[in-house]
Amino acid sequence: MKFDTPATTNPIDRLRVIGQPLDRIDGPLKVTGTARYAYEQHDVAPGQAYGYVVGSAIAKGKIVSMDLAAARRAPGVLAVVTAENAGKLDKGKRNTAKLFGGPQIEHYHQAIALVVAETFEQARAAAQLVVVKYQEEKGAFDLAALKGAAPNAPSEEDSPTQSAVGDFAGAFASAPVKLDQSYTTPDQAHAMMEPHASIARWDGDKLTLWTSNQMIAWGVGDLAQTLGIAKENVRLVSPFIGGGFGGKLFLRADILLAALGARAAKRPVKVALQRPLMFNNTTHRPATIQRIRIGATPDGKITAIGHESWSGDLKDGQPELATQQTKLLYAGANRMTSLKLAVLDLPEGNAMRAPGEAPGLMALEIAMDEMAEKLKIDPVEFRIINDTQVDPEKPKVPFSQRQLAECLRQGAQRFGWDKRSATPGTLRDGKWLVGMGVASAFRGNLVMKSGARVTLGKDGIVTVFSDMTDIGPGSYTIMAQTAAEMMGLPIDKVKVELGDSSFPASAGSGGQWGANSATSGVYAACVKLREAVVQKLGFNSADAVFEDGAVKAGNRAVPLTQAAGDGEITAEDTIEFGDLDKTHSQATFGGHFVEVGVDAATGEVRLRRMLAVCAAGRILNPKSARSQVIGAMTMGAGAALMEHLVVDKRRGFFVNHDLAGYEVPVHADIPHQEVVFLDETDPMSSPMKAKGVGELGICGVGAAVANAIYNATGMRVRDYPITLDKLLDRLPALS
Amino acid sequence: MKSFTYERATTPTEAASGAARNPGARFIAGGTNLLDLMKLEIEVPRHLIDVNGLALDTIEPTPDGGLRIGALVRNTDLAADARVRRDYGLLSRALLAGASGQLRNKATTAGNLLQRTRCPYFYDTNQPCNKREPGSGCAAIGGYSRQLAIVGVSDACIATHPSDMAVAMRALDAKIETIKPDGATRSLPIAEFYRAPGDTPHLETTLTAGELITAVTLPKPVGGKQIYRKVRDRPSYAFALISVGAIIQPDGSGRVTVGGVAHKPWRIEAAEAQLPQGAKAVTDRLLATARTTEDNAFKLPLVERTLAAVLAEARA
Ligand SMILES: Cc1cc2nc3c(=O)[nH]c(=O)nc-3n(C[C@H](O)[C@H](O)[C@H](O)COP(=O)(O)OP(=O)(O)OC[C@H]3O[C@@H](n4cnc5c(N)ncnc54)[C@H](O)[C@@H]3O)c2cc1C
Ligand code: SF4
Repeated sequence: MKFDTPATTNPIDRLRVIGQPLDRIDGPLKVTGTARYAYEQHDVAPGQAYGYVVGSAIAKGKIVSMDLAAARRAPGVLAVVTAENAGKLDKGKRNTAKLFGGPQIEHYHQAIALVVAETFEQARAAAQLVVVKYQEEKGAFDLAALKGAAPNAPSEEDSPTQSAVGDFAGAFASAPVKLDQSYTTPDQAHAMMEPHASIARWDGDKLTLWTSNQMIAWGVGDLAQTLGIAKENVRLVSPFIGGGFGGKLFLRADILLAALGARAAKRPVKVALQRPLMFNNTTHRPATIQRIRIGATPDGKITAIGHESWSGDLKDGQPELATQQTKLLYAGANRMTSLKLAVLDLPEGNAMRAPGEAPGLMALEIAMDEMAEKLKIDPVEFRIINDTQVDPEKPKVPFSQRQLAECLRQGAQRFGWDKRSATPGTLRDGKWLVGMGVASAFRGNLVMKSGARVTLGKDGIVTVFSDMTDIGPGSYTIMAQTAAEMMGLPIDKVKVELGDSSFPASAGSGGQWGANSATSGVYAACVKLREAVVQKLGFNSADAVFEDGAVKAGNRAVPLTQAAGDGEITAEDTIEFGDLDKTHSQATFGGHFVEVGVDAATGEVRLRRMLAVCAAGRILNPKSARSQVIGAMTMGAGAALMEHLVVDKRRGFFVNHDLAGYEVPVHADIPHQEVVFLDETDPMSSPMKAKGVGELGICGVGAAVANAIYNATGMRVRDYPITLDKLLDRLPALS
Repeated sequence: MKSFTYERATTPTEAASGAARNPGARFIAGGTNLLDLMKLEIEVPRHLIDVNGLALDTIEPTPDGGLRIGALVRNTDLAADARVRRDYGLLSRALLAGASGQLRNKATTAGNLLQRTRCPYFYDTNQPCNKREPGSGCAAIGGYSRQLAIVGVSDACIATHPSDMAVAMRALDAKIETIKPDGATRSLPIAEFYRAPGDTPHLETTLTAGELITAVTLPKPVGGKQIYRKVRDRPSYAFALISVGAIIQPDGSGRVTVGGVAHKPWRIEAAEAQLPQGAKAVTDRLLATARTTEDNAFKLPLVERTLAAVLAEARA
């Protein structure tokens, strides 16, 4: 099905199942421990051996020698695989660094060997016997030091890294009120609960992998390319994923090494990346240095807005797209954005939940707060003054839906924004300095081609098959809701099978495109299934209605099961998107409101309340959507207050590479959270009229926290995370 | 993890003599620290002596009105003990500020005293670390040292002792009872228990080879307001950036021990004489010999400010 004209009324609009706050259909499996994740698929392949990964001890240089003899002799060892003995390997097109290093080392903890043994403990013990000699080379590890010389990041077709409209320099120079500030965000880790893990089994030249991956079709292609085998010979199975946040968009070392280990050991092999290895072995959200300039007239109208961002990555890597939202969020006739990219020898930077917007808004939305203060305009009002209903870089392109101002207004009202003191550092509650902060949330709405197959069984059960993944947000449930709504069934008459590359290729999970795109794929397949049913039952398709388990037209009603009476009916289709996302700017919006307390003595920041008001198209399931947003708000709080991969600039690695050193929020960090979804349907986005929310929730949260800290203390911290040491020297004197 | 042999001891003497017979042996109690370190091959004992069966898990009154806490009393049980809560509130509070409920259920009194540093370079066997591998150097000096020590440091090591419980024990003047392989017992004040890092940061305590901790004793209660204030980047499940354990008497005198600043709970009795002059005077004396890094210099004002808040709370 081609989606190239705005959606009109369709069966989804009935909202009998869609839009309902239903429990997850996979919930019971998860809470009883029977949803099996990659590493737990103990019975899919008999005789599984265990692999343990050896990571490079240096950041850059060469392996001079590897002594594997002791490891090979160790008890239980079946194979020791290195890049040298693994055979010829290519690199998947979505990986920057090689997944298997040697002799050249590209980053710290790059995988250089896999030890396979009968038991995990044997593999681990033997891995520690591998002796490696290196020739270390000097690397570049300090983004700030390279900033001056960093060139423009290379532009890609659809995403230019430089943009300019009007005369930014002139308008900024002559603006009556202006701000020119720099901000930094640190490297961050996905730190998802389930590590990257895979089990590999070879049957002749056919390879099956039970893995944990967000994008099955990408994974098949990249793995086939890396191994130099035909795509048809690779099958990925990934029914449950314990979090990914972008860290599992691409192949990682576990899957490649499991495949190589299984080939060498001649039996199935499972590999999970060891937690202390993950932070340097896999990808991370790159650090940024951002400069923001805003010029405005005294009545608060932005006349000039400029955003530059510096980030680093390995050679041939990518920039963090931190200026992305600034092109679209606020009005202003004169504008510029620029991304610079330095070459760093740190581990590979890549997508992490809301890449671009998450760190970009952490800076931009502090700048907006600072600017509002200079203008003596309330920060909510300042944002609303600069709202725009068209793409400010391309004024002919309207937003399909844009309720930013409404999100901010409703949020302010619900949160009690009027109680905020406009003078920072003036509200006290016992030992706490109390303040409120606001930030806009913005995240583009991406749409991706997505397929599904649906069958109507003799038992009247509709089953959906798709290689779509459920990384935790509830894909199973919303896809079941979609099929149920389309076929006029209750949700318990629908089954969903996901994450298998032998099913139709879907959008996969990433960039918050999954929910809208994958359910649209189910919609398309169900349209076909309906046609087949209608034909089978001899209805005139135009007026047949699917409801209450029956097909009805006029006064004729036939149970749906009857259609499959003499054999199940199958239909398959793929939704493909036309250019509605070019003729209309599509995005999701929100307002974040945060109240913090700052301990007047120690500078410890504790969140007191959080509210997000979101406008993100049709909400397919308010319960799972809310979970997405509160989870994202939690992650945003982590980014604001603690998350920081610390670079050792001498040795070139992230030092705090375990979950004790890399702190993420715990329950005690997160107070009352409230989420409100505005009523919205977006006929430009898809037949579902939905968009994503999973990333919107993190966008802007960090800045709302930072602004609340400023409001509480009068201290403006522009370098994340805002830990107490950055506040300490300016806290009030103690008696 | 390297392979090791394992035995279950049934009496303290047997455990101690077992350790003497097996060079490189370690006692294992709750295992919450030792096992993690063994998996990473930071600790590589050849032999483990399980001390969980030693019947050292009771808390009893002592003749002079104090308490004798068995080496194997779990942190959870110790924190919940009615006598501890009533008379040694500082200890209970410090324990509950540490780790998580699950860990405290396993962690023992002796194991807690002997837990090893959380210096990130100590945990990464690719990095030089004098504590892990004597003579290899110290990656933390000149590296990332935000968590690390500001007093009592040496050119060889700037690690901290991470225990919360030990801070309270130091303020309470606890004594550590031990038994040696030859059956000799001794009781040493906690002030003499931890060694300065000096040139030998791998030697952390004054225990001798095979010496087993059997109990920790507390003198009779000293009263006062007992406050434990742990400052950290998130409100639970994190080690202290710094902590202050204080016992403040109605007349303003008292005791102050600071955690997270040194290789041991940091207490200088002479500094306590400054209490009437306030937090700054005490801190100036307590941290007079501080040697900070760019990353951890904030701990100086943080100790002072936290102590000021603690003293204000004690007065309230
Ligand atoms: C995730 C995590 C978070 C934590 N957070 C905190 C925190 O916030 N604050 C805090 O204070 N602690 C914290 N801890 C540390 C925890 O308190 C210690 O791991 C625990 O107290 C150790 O006790 P154990 O009985 O398990 O010791 P074990 O691991 O069994 O032993 C530790 C050491 O003590 C030796 N030993 C044990 N018993 C004896 C004995 N009777 N005589 C002589 N030697 C003995 C062992 O040989 C070993 O060297 C944390 C630990 C973890 C894993
Ligand atoms: S501070 Fe001590 S524990 Fe840390 S690296 Fe240096 S020697 Fe090792």
